Amino acid sequence: MRAFTQHQGTVAPMDRSNVDTDMIIPKQFLKSIKRTGFGPNLFDELRYLDEGNPDQDCSNRPLNPDFVLNQDRYKNASVLLARTNFGCGSSREHAPWALDDFGFRVIIAPSFADIFYNNCFKNGLLPIVLDEKVVDRLFRETEENEGYQLTVDLEAKTVTTPGGESFSFEVDDFRRHCLLNGLDDIGVTLEDADTIRAYEESRRKTAPWLFNTGN
Amino acid sequence: MAGKTLYDKLWDDHLVKQRDDGSALIYIDRQLLHEVTSPQAFEGLRLAGRKPWRIDANIATPDHNVPTTDRDKGIDGIVDPVSRTQVETLDKNCDEFGILEFKIKDQRQGIVHVIGPEQGATLPGMSIVCGDSHTSTHGAFGCLAHGIGTSEVEHVLATQCLVQKKMKNMLVKVNGKLGAGVTGKDVVLAIIGEIGTAGGTGYAIEFGGEAIRGLSMEGRMTICNMSIEAGARVGMVAVDDTTIEYVKGRPFSPKGETWGKAVEFWRTLHSDDDAVFDKVVELDGSAIQPQVSWGTSPEMVVGVEGAVPDPAKEEDPIKREGIVRALKYMGLQPNQKITDIKLDRVFIGSCTNSRIEDLREAAAVVKGRKVAASLKQAMVVPGSGLVKAQAEQEGLDKVFIEAGLEWRDPGCSMCLAMNADKLGQGEHCASTSNRNFEGRQGFGGRTHLVSPAMAAAAAVTGHFVDVRELMN
Repeated sequence: MRAFTQHQGTVAPMDRSNVDTDMIIPKQFLKSIKRTGFGPNLFDELRYLDEGNPDQDCSNRPLNPDFVLNQDRYKNASVLLARTNFGCGSSREHAPWALDDFGFRVIIAPSFADIFYNNCFKNGLLPIVLDEKVVDRLFRETEENEGYQLTVDLEAKTVTTPGGESFSFEVDDFRRHCLLNGLDDIGVTLEDADTIRAYEESRRKTAPWLFNTGN
Repeated sequence: MAGKTLYDKLWDDHLVKQRDDGSALIYIDRQLLHEVTSPQAFEGLRLAGRKPWRIDANIATPDHNVPTTDRDKGIDGIVDPVSRTQVETLDKNCDEFGILEFKIKDQRQGIVHVIGPEQGATLPGMSIVCGDSHTSTHGAFGCLAHGIGTSEVEHVLATQCLVQKKMKNMLVKVNGKLGAGVTGKDVVLAIIGEIGTAGGTGYAIEFGGEAIRGLSMEGRMTICNMSIEAGARVGMVAVDDTTIEYVKGRPFSPKGETWGKAVEFWRTLHSDDDAVFDKVVELDGSAIQPQVSWGTSPEMVVGVEGAVPDPAKEEDPIKREGIVRALKYMGLQPNQKITDIKLDRVFIGSCTNSRIEDLREAAAVVKGRKVAASLKQAMVVPGSGLVKAQAEQEGLDKVFIEAGLEWRDPGCSMCLAMNADKLGQGEHCASTSNRNFEGRQGFGGRTHLVSPAMAAAAAVTGHFVDVRELMN
């Protein structure tokens, strides 16, 4: 996995709550058996005026001029500013894959849906929870200042504004450790293979029905 | 010391290792696999040169992409080449690694969350995961069950464990008895309407109270299924006689002496009387009406006797904006009566409501009636090949067909429209599925979430109607 230590990037504001995973990447694009290539279809139904299909060249599709990521000032954004319950809905990891493929590295919101939040960390994408009032302010500053950038430091657990003001955020130690070092967490778990095997053997004795194979 | 909740007990029973940093390794007893969220996980295993840890813990079936017609053609019946590749890839991966798969022509094929319980592959006390957020369904059996992303599917394949942090405990208690015509679906929609789509975020929810105890396993599965729509990855119901009776005699269920031993353990799978929950929500079950969603989030729901809300009356500006946007997308007016919403299509199916009891409830309403002429389509998609066979044995297929509904083959179908079954732009659908998000059932489609009985009532009238009026 790609490591995440520090990132500075342009902020794009996604000003609506309950942005669901169907909105982030509609189902017709989940038919791919790859992890990459979802970027052109990120927010497909909001971004384009026509109906999108897999394997389509998106460069000629009619863009929705009202959609935030279609505005020139946000085209190279890598920090997504969002509202409450971002990523609600399905468990599709295609949602973080699409955000990542588009070029986002950080998502800031007052709250995230659990499964989406977890999926981000598996892909080198950092979801940051900040207080609703702080998020409100960042929305205002982003809209008022073209080219507005934020600096995120995962080691220090801070988000810093261009004015030099810093906000702290919380993140689990294990997730932070994996992200800072770009660790493959399967490898980390397999260091405990003997412990897993011992647990499994005792379970096989105490609850043998859990190992039935059907008949 | 306070007693344990059901979730505490399940967590402790599956704890392999508590790490110093607060994370824990949790053992997974069962993983269900389907074609959409597994190909990248198998590819990851291959790239890292890893083998599945415990092959017999996995069961696979294609469900999201499969067509609901012409199933005798098997994979060749999948017209969309991209969908076909995904189903073929699942077959190839399962064959290569020796994983049990109910393939497209197997009668045991169906929606993962229908076939697990049906096979007895979902047993009380198990930890169950699947790359699908509706895995919470299996919590109806007193299981620790939740959806995971594809990286975690790979993690479970490779290690039989997940790295987790313990969630908080929530009890949702539904007191009293449900009225006639009010189902598990109405209960869970009412709960989501009450606590909101993020109300359960960070919690494992246990559903309890007299109304829940009185439900069949099908009703409980419907409720646990939609826990995720309230933000909770995990939903559970304590084990009782209803649970044990359902599990008995299924292919993967314990037999003989082991059965007795298992039942003895399963009887402990309930929260202790003195268990402490971080949050408790109580609802009066007897006051719940049949529910209909009017908006683009499952929390946007109201009783059938109610009306579409008026954004002008909402004080919170973000919520107001949400209502305005939803009404625009849904093509509805503020204060419009729910029973005045006209429909274009009706869909009875999905992992929420495609089990035999759901089909019986819908058939009872349409029996002797005809689908309204104004509808473009009304379809019934059973949850599995075995549900379909059972329904046909009971003659339900004939009831549906005589009424003018289409009787299809099993799969996820129009719940998420990854196959050919979808809504056209602007069409209103009475749907027994779980999500009414924008575009969910087709580009520009307008979904109203309801119970099977309410969907059936809508099918024969062409608009929403209180199913209780048709039941007399």
